[in-house]
Amino acid sequence: MAVTVLVIARSRNLFGVIVLGGLYSFLMATVLVAMDAVDVAMTEASVGAGISTVLLLGALYLCKSEETRPVQAPWLPLVVSLAVGAVLAYGTLGLPEFSDPKAPIHTHVVPRYLTELKQEVDVPNVVTAVLASYRGYDTLGETTVVFTAGAGVIALLRRRRKDRKP
Amino acid sequence: MRHDVILRVIAKLLIPFILLFALYVQFHGDFGPGGGFQAGVILAAAVIFYGLIYGLADARKLVPEAVVESMMAIGVLIYGGVGVAGLLLGGNYLDYFVLDPNPVHGQHRGIFWVEVGVAVTVSGVMLKIFYMFADRGRVDE
Repeated sequence: MAVTVLVIARSRNLFGVIVLGGLYSFLMATVLVAMDAVDVAMTEASVGAGISTVLLLGALYLCKSEETRPVQAPWLPLVVSLAVGAVLAYGTLGLPEFSDPKAPIHTHVVPRYLTELKQEVDVPNVVTAVLASYRGYDTLGETTVVFTAGAGVIALLRRRRKDRKP
Repeated sequence: MRHDVILRVIAKLLIPFILLFALYVQFHGDFGPGGGFQAGVILAAAVIFYGLIYGLADARKLVPEAVVESMMAIGVLIYGGVGVAGLLLGGNYLDYFVLDPNPVHGQHRGIFWVEVGVAVTVSGVMLKIFYMFADRGRVDE
């Protein structure tokens, strides 16, 4: 993954960058499978590697395939991103160990989900049960967000075409 | 890519399996990994694949714009409708227990329809975005 990122940063050929971005998504999906988050891995593989790659290629079709040289040396963005990255890495130090059973997230509502799921919902995939039943409102919100995003794309791209016609 | 025989044949072979896999992910989401969102994306990916190989016009003929646009709204309405159905049957909004005499079966029913709603909206939005982007170049030319 680190190699992919370095090549993406160095490369000026946007086509290569997009393909490598898809590769990065697949590697990320593999990492997520290794962390037992199969549902998320599936989403990452289909959305990140599949659909976004196609959409980016579609966008590439509209512009030049070679990145132009930056006008000035990107030192300030480099410093900012390194600083933010360092803060985030520092933040992860405060997180509990991976798969630590005593982590706060595992002691709040998770035991109730795991013990009472069988009588209440009886769906073997706990992720689906929590997503669609216990957290139904959140998923409704997410669906609405997806809908709104699509409506936004329609609003943005369709108006341009109408302007051009007269 | 219209004249590339190999791609056309491979696409023809693969697309039914992609569609079948989308349905599997959708309806097996209760037991294995997956669910509405992933199934919707895979469904849209199959049509996008078809559009890439056979051309946008053919994909439009297969899944017209009007269908895609109404899918976007219908999914959210199905989801909301499940909530309203719960209200009408005397529960709270998005309460699935009341959808069936047996509360556990009611949960199953509610989750099923909610996932259908998510899948319909997601695949509609993904397809619409693809159509919009793929269309831009042709308009600009």
